[in-house]
Amino acid sequence: MMRFLLRQALRSSALAWSAGLLLASCSLDSNPDKAATLPYIGEREVKPRADGGPADTVFAVVPTFHLTNQQGQPVTKATFAGKVYVTDFFFATCPSICPKMQSELLRVYEQYKGNPRVAFLSHTIDPDHDSIPVLRDYAERLGVKDASQWHFATAPRDTIFGLAHAYFTAAQPDKEAPGGVAHNGTFALVDSKGHVRGLYDGMVKAEVDRLIRELPVLLKEEEQTAATAAN
Amino acid sequence: MRWLRTCLQAAAVLAAALSIGGCFSNRQNEGAKLYQTHCASCHGEQGEGLRRLIPPVAASDYVTRNRASLPCLVRKGQRGPVVVNGVEYNQVMPGHTDLTDSQIANLLNFVQQNWGNKNEPYTIREVSELLGRCNGSDGQ
Repeated sequence: MMRFLLRQALRSSALAWSAGLLLASCSLDSNPDKAATLPYIGEREVKPRADGGPADTVFAVVPTFHLTNQQGQPVTKATFAGKVYVTDFFFATCPSICPKMQSELLRVYEQYKGNPRVAFLSHTIDPDHDSIPVLRDYAERLGVKDASQWHFATAPRDTIFGLAHAYFTAAQPDKEAPGGVAHNGTFALVDSKGHVRGLYDGMVKAEVDRLIRELPVLLKEEEQTAATAAN
Repeated sequence: MRWLRTCLQAAAVLAAALSIGGCFSNRQNEGAKLYQTHCASCHGEQGEGLRRLIPPVAASDYVTRNRASLPCLVRKGQRGPVVVNGVEYNQVMPGHTDLTDSQIANLLNFVQQNWGNKNEPYTIREVSELLGRCNGSDGQ
């Protein structure tokens, strides 16, 4: 199977390459194999099998969580069953990086608006201020009407900071930082099994462009996994 | 003939600038640079704002109408609802104690004369005076 895939990959890249030579001036955006699968990010555990067969690799998963979104609805892992989703961490009165970051996430959202397989999850890191009405107002001002696709969610502080850690986003209370919380603008792309499959700097357009390119790669993988499971 | 005079004037200004050790040479784009550093992540790289969350500074009636209070707005920040181009916004804007009076002047002159704004520029002295209203002048 591996050999077959490899051979096919070689063949298609050779095809793309020769096509590239023939149509030298055409930008083919070739290299279809470049991001054939996305990496698994985080700790992995290799579990030897009792029967001596090949060891299983267990990839890190996001822990279970219970959040509440801008409509007061619960948001849990079940909310994202069968979906891939993109996370970030923000707060409504964030004066520094959030507007830029959210405007970049809006670019991604606009492309997948209405797609039931893609969701967005913005966590507030200032739950004391960002009540549900504040989150609802924020979402509406940002132009996000569909709370079932883009959740602006809150939970107790510790839960949020724990989740930030799980999504590889730096977030911690800091009296020196504007707004009292230091955080960065990481976007995490998560698959339907809860594995983080991509991290992107939401403050950098080129990085968000990479997210826009990699999302379909993950969706395709999800499709294939679902098809294999169905057979 | 007017263009010739303008050219000559520009050359004279340039020569003068060079002769006093280029002390204005780094100032030329200071307003644009200050905008990118201190304002762009909220108000947008082209001053466009962000939906109904952050008001635009490009082609902004607020910028025209509130010329005299803008230096204090930059210095002290602002909270509570504001209406810009007919849209109500309600976000907290942080103040900037990290800018000198002259930097605020350069920054506001950049905004007042770009992206569809065509308003009278400030002198540094004027900005310092306007900042005095909110005890926000650092005299620099």
